Amino acid sequence: MSLWEYANPVKFLKLSDKVLPFFVGFSIIGLSIGLFWGFFFTPDDYRQGSTVKIIYLHVPSALMAINAWFMMLVASLIWLVRRHHVSALAAKAAAPVGVTMTMVALVTGALWGQPMWGTWWAWDPRLTSFLVLFLFYLGYMALWSAIDNPDTAADLTSMLCIVGSVFAILSRYAVNFWNQGLHQGASLSLDKEKNVADVFYQPLLFSIFGFVFLFLTLVLIGTRTEIRLRRTEALRLRKDSE
Amino acid sequence: MIALLQRDLLLAVRAGGGFGLGVAFFLIVVVLVPLGIGPDMVILSKVSVGVLWVGALLACVLSLDRIFSLDYDDGTLELLLTSPIPLEAVVTIKAFSHWITTGLPLVVVSPILGLLLGLQVSDLKWVVISLLIGTPALSAIGAFGASLTVGIRRGGLLLSLLVLPLYVPTLIFGANVASKGLEDVSNNGALLILTAVTLAAFSILPFASAFVLRINLR
Repeated sequence: MSLWEYANPVKFLKLSDKVLPFFVGFSIIGLSIGLFWGFFFTPDDYRQGSTVKIIYLHVPSALMAINAWFMMLVASLIWLVRRHHVSALAAKAAAPVGVTMTMVALVTGALWGQPMWGTWWAWDPRLTSFLVLFLFYLGYMALWSAIDNPDTAADLTSMLCIVGSVFAILSRYAVNFWNQGLHQGASLSLDKEKNVADVFYQPLLFSIFGFVFLFLTLVLIGTRTEIRLRRTEALRLRKDSE
Repeated sequence: MIALLQRDLLLAVRAGGGFGLGVAFFLIVVVLVPLGIGPDMVILSKVSVGVLWVGALLACVLSLDRIFSLDYDDGTLELLLTSPIPLEAVVTIKAFSHWITTGLPLVVVSPILGLLLGLQVSDLKWVVISLLIGTPALSAIGAFGASLTVGIRRGGLLLSLLVLPLYVPTLIFGANVASKGLEDVSNNGALLILTAVTLAAFSILPFASAFVLRINLR
């Protein structure tokens, strides 16, 4: 019994059938607790007023935007090394979710930045690297849709994802070098002490939990759709050749 | 390998188009910018480094699809794949010849265009140095993008969407070298990183490009 068993599309579909309701449930629970608690039952910040509540959307979506790319990188590597189709399709399914998360992070950031910094946008390192990440997602998705042969498309996009990751990290350091920022440091880190006060931190954790499962749910649904699309395509080709 | 380099260079010169077009495009960008933002030399000299770098970048992107597409269409690339030279070396040579035909002319004309944008003669040194060191990276990264899109009909727009984000670090460090040089601030750090980007792009990316080309020629 190994994890690789689920690289078989049939087993993957069976497993995802079973876990999908739980993932949906977890994401609904996490999001509703996190957002309701965050929006209605936390005090206003003494300086930021109620705009601080944007944090419950901003931080989790930014977190998932980066994690989605990371997941695509891992899935691409698995595809290149072990040639599991499910892995390539999962990477394909994650990209639209990732780009949406990036959009959400950018938009909520702008809405938060306007009252707090007095500007919708600043060429700050964090903001700029997110915009660059957004462009990387667009290029990745455009390459997927431009190539007809699914295996070639999977190979090329995987390579783009790997090279893109290197350049994305390089860009992150380059923009740090280029400009000093307006954005605060990391909101969440494992090694340092907390940067967010407890009242805001606990609902935030629920919200992040919800976003993680929302991401997993969407990627699973997307992957299942891709697998079925691939099947119908194969069936159609077989019918045509008969 | 030298024969291949000579062949690529000869083709670029004799077939026309590739050699002069990039430089002409670069010139047009530099002429259009003052028309857009006004003839004030003080403002122009402030944005000059950025304009020169972005112009060089765009001129480079425009000529990228010529690296492989012609050879792909007439089957030369498949012959090169079966030749005794490894495909990685072929890619390196092609990127290098692209730099000689596109990057190097841009570097050569950049001081003249810099004067148009209100740079002092003493400042031109840094613009030339940063472009000279940075543009080879643009060719190597561009060769990767070109090998990704070689099989796609009318992949030009897609190519620029793929390649331009990859150019971000080179642009930042390159422009940083030049602008810090202009202000007489130490730009050693940026200069070293820019050199590292170029060397790394030329030594590592050909492997990725060759991998991708083999898939496209499958």
